[in-house]
Amino acid sequence: MTFIDHSLSVPSPHSITDPALAGKTNTMVLNMGPHHPSTHGVLRLVVELDGETVVNVAPDVGFLHTGIEKNMEFKTYQQAVVMTDRTDYLAPLSNNLSYVLAVEKLMGVEIPERPTVARVLLVELQRISSHLVWLSSHALDLAAMSVFLYGFREREQILDIFEMVSGARMMTSYFRVGGLAYDLPNDFLPTVKALLDIMPSRIDEYESLLTNNIIWQERTMGVGAIDSAAAIQYGLTGPGLRATGVAWDLRKDMPYCGYETYDFNVPIAKNGDIYDRYLVRMAEMRESVNIALQAWQRLKDMGPGVFQTSNRKVAPPPKSEITHSMESLIHHFKLWTEGFKPPRGDALAAIESPRGELATYIVSDGGPKPYRVHMRAPSFINLQSLPHMAKGQLMADLVALIASLDPVLGEVDR
Amino acid sequence: MDNATVIERLQAEFGDKIGPVSSMLSGEATINVPREQIVAVAQFLRDDSALAYNFLENLCGVDYLGRQPRFEVVYHLLSHANRHRVCLKVGITEKDIHVPTLTGLWQTANYQEREAYDMFGIIFDGHPALERILMPDDWSGFPQRKDVPLGYEEVAFSNTEAQISARKPFAEE
Repeated sequence: MTFIDHSLSVPSPHSITDPALAGKTNTMVLNMGPHHPSTHGVLRLVVELDGETVVNVAPDVGFLHTGIEKNMEFKTYQQAVVMTDRTDYLAPLSNNLSYVLAVEKLMGVEIPERPTVARVLLVELQRISSHLVWLSSHALDLAAMSVFLYGFREREQILDIFEMVSGARMMTSYFRVGGLAYDLPNDFLPTVKALLDIMPSRIDEYESLLTNNIIWQERTMGVGAIDSAAAIQYGLTGPGLRATGVAWDLRKDMPYCGYETYDFNVPIAKNGDIYDRYLVRMAEMRESVNIALQAWQRLKDMGPGVFQTSNRKVAPPPKSEITHSMESLIHHFKLWTEGFKPPRGDALAAIESPRGELATYIVSDGGPKPYRVHMRAPSFINLQSLPHMAKGQLMADLVALIASLDPVLGEVDR
Repeated sequence: MDNATVIERLQAEFGDKIGPVSSMLSGEATINVPREQIVAVAQFLRDDSALAYNFLENLCGVDYLGRQPRFEVVYHLLSHANRHRVCLKVGITEKDIHVPTLTGLWQTANYQEREAYDMFGIIFDGHPALERILMPDDWSGFPQRKDVPLGYEEVAFSNTEAQISARKPFAEE
């Protein structure tokens, strides 16, 4: 049996008991949430306080558990895409991507270049929009109201693009196994270009409000720091890990969707505090604009073309083919009545979502429905580092800390 | 780092104490490990300077109802230095549903093991606080097991409290 250091372990909400019962007179227990505007959803925290200083904090999650993984076992592979939107509802396209990549690995399907580039473009826009919600709500939690208004202005523009391609602002389900759900609309490229052209100056605008703002710096610099060894111990990924100086980004280190062909940097910082996580995310937004521009150029050069694989066992044939080809009709009928059947086995596909490493593990029993789907949800796992970061901090900083971890409770609880 | 090297190193270290090697469709080396060896194997993979699987990426349970052993715990380890992933699988039976915890090696196993316990009832021996995490504390049963139905609550087309509660799952008690 390995020695376990219980002082490092993540406390459960039951482990924090009434200090008076334990004969302690200097501390008190405060319940924060689940209905609290600063907990970014339905996160409950049991906080043990000595005056204003946090002695211990235990996250209590599960209020939003809807059994998404279980539900996916009762849907065909293609139907289950819609469930992935509802985990991390601030980055549905990233969830779609992780899931469809896992199924495509199971099936061994090759995706043509045009839909792959469109996927890259859209997930990078998704990263910007997710980071904008993070930035806006983070600033709002620290009483910088105006950043919220600026951030949501551009986010709305990005959501308009998502609505344009998929018909939905948030629950997009736009990536399907085999490619995209439908082709990109005609005015897609000019609309995206208009956004990408203004975005760098808008990021400058946000930064002018915060980066050198003395109040912002005092609230965030040196607060809630974590070092790289502890971050890896607690499984922290994404901007939180990169803020500690670890240049680990799946897009760079284990590329998918052809990310190795794009030119971009992985921003890192060194202190691992809230301010550094802020700097990393701001720099990431600029890199995302950069990647999106490259993808945009490729799409423009490619012109119109296919939006899904020509493998008819996975992707449905176009309507024009169904009217005169018996085989297409059969494929169409089989796909919509039964779905496709990946071979037996299991596969894992990991992507860099805005929050960290989002991995989908799928077990196939050879049938048309997934036997088991598991999502390595970055919000869920990142949350474990919160007690480590919060110990010794002020109660008011705890609010800043939660915001800097950027948890989405839909993904935490699934 | 490639799959063959990892498997070679593991077999040199553990010999026939570790089980057969298979491959996932996604191309990762998958090693079946008896549960007595899982902590030692994981620690070897983590601490060996050439292998350096320093990150526990994923841990989850799977229920293969009707197969022996019925349950499986799947671990994915990631090496930041080598940019390589390896998968370990531990099979456990329903009668003796215990597996040693990995929280001694990685604190991140804490929540993931709690989730596997919550959903499948897999008991991780030595875990500091093996409690339900996503389901309510007073929930009975393990919802992601294959012999648990998806379940639903009927939609009540009524405003009358008595009629609604008569249809609730707890009404039979």
